[in-house]
Amino acid sequence: MTETLHLGPDEIGRMIRRLAHEIVENNRGAEGLVLAGMLARGYPLAARLEAEIARFESMDVPTGSLDIGLYRDDVTRRSTPISLRPSQMPDIDGATVVLVDDVLFTGRSVRAALDALLDFGRPARVRLAVLIDRGHRELPIRPDFVGKNIPTALVQSVDVRLLETDGEDGVYVSGEEAAHA
Amino acid sequence: MLDSVEMSSADLSLQGWQKKDLLDTDVLTRDEIMLIMQNADVMAGVRSRRERKVATLRGRTIVTLFYEQSTRTRASFEVAGKALGADVVNITASGSSVGKGESLVDTVRTLEAIGADALVLRHHRSGAACLAARHTAAGVINGGDGTHAHPTQALLDLFTMRRRFGDIAGRKIVIVGDVLHSRVARSNLWSLVALGAQVVLCGPATLLPRTIGGGDFEEGRCEVTTDFDAAIQGADVVMALRMQKERQERGLIPSLREYINGYQVTTRRLERAAPDALVMHPGPMNEGVEIAPDVAHGLRSVIEEQVANGVAVRMAILYLLVAGRYS
Repeated sequence: MTETLHLGPDEIGRMIRRLAHEIVENNRGAEGLVLAGMLARGYPLAARLEAEIARFESMDVPTGSLDIGLYRDDVTRRSTPISLRPSQMPDIDGATVVLVDDVLFTGRSVRAALDALLDFGRPARVRLAVLIDRGHRELPIRPDFVGKNIPTALVQSVDVRLLETDGEDGVYVSGEEAAHA
Repeated sequence: MLDSVEMSSADLSLQGWQKKDLLDTDVLTRDEIMLIMQNADVMAGVRSRRERKVATLRGRTIVTLFYEQSTRTRASFEVAGKALGADVVNITASGSSVGKGESLVDTVRTLEAIGADALVLRHHRSGAACLAARHTAAGVINGGDGTHAHPTQALLDLFTMRRRFGDIAGRKIVIVGDVLHSRVARSNLWSLVALGAQVVLCGPATLLPRTIGGGDFEEGRCEVTTDFDAAIQGADVVMALRMQKERQERGLIPSLREYINGYQVTTRRLERAAPDALVMHPGPMNEGVEIAPDVAHGLRSVIEEQVANGVAVRMAILYLLVAGRYS
């Protein structure tokens, strides 16, 4: 199994800065925004977006963490139960909630995250921000903000590592040789 | 395809839960106890939201089979199962074929054939849950068997202590009353000792066991004493056990009055405990016997919290036993 570094710390930092600006521009300011980071790696990304927005907008955007374990569509199809983590969400009623995740792939996790989110309240609208979109959707879900599109083959895996969870910043692609669209 | 898809996404700290049943706390590893505690935290989060229910176990069936009376345990399991989206069927001995003499094993097999994914069993005979578990593929949860074990009570007690204290290692926990006949005391002992607490079992000599689990006294894992006033000194938790009135009829205590004098949890005795000591009771209480009414409803009492936490802990256990059982 070969593993190649696709994006390094500098590129990830630039992508997060651009995503933060796009989110605020799309919302016409930071007012009414809530960031919901999907556990595990969407949450540190949401926290970085929050810090970035605080820097250029001088505003603290409420940011929470969302665990989707109880909402996954394969929850009773496994031999061992999926591990669960507590969600910590601010008030989302009437807010523009931006779901944040590291890799968008089949769309099943985002489907589960929408269910999880709506159990916390009734947001005015929900947007989706991802660091990497690797394609191969199995559900009609599309991202609103994308760090980078990385076309992949199904047999490959895309691995986002973050300082907060993995001790380094990097996007790795592994498996068969990289497919270029 | 689904499996390979999902593996890349979420499972960071997938700790295995491999057990089919929950029969007692003595067969749980420290990691398994901690996994139940973590999941119970998640479930407590679900219960505190506006939408207090999830659909995780939709399509699964949980049967509660109670051969003994119960309010809180049976209701708690029913609420827990429904909060996870499962269908819950309640069977009591009096209104079922058990009254016609059907054996426990036959009843359990029938319930499995009906589609039970998990059975919650309460029975007056020690070992009943273990027997049932051997004769069914369904997950069996011991909801109390004779004088043997009551693991979900012990786990909700532990959860309640951890919510107040965090880590309970080194904490002094005094369990007072009819320890000899108490499945609650036994199951609590195993989980508390596994997490490093200092456990003191206290009661009249006639209501204390001579050995527990083959000689744990000698190993110094817990202390046994008849002197409650000495035991309560510096205690972080005082857990009173229900005093069955029939114990007096059987001659195990000279009189209820004498028991109250020596072992009732009172405000005056609590002055010797730690300043932030918790008072616990598995219920139902005999107020004025094992616990004074002002203590039962006082500032240090977490007895109602225990009941509320019971739902979250039972949700965690049902999740672990039922969610991973499809194949």
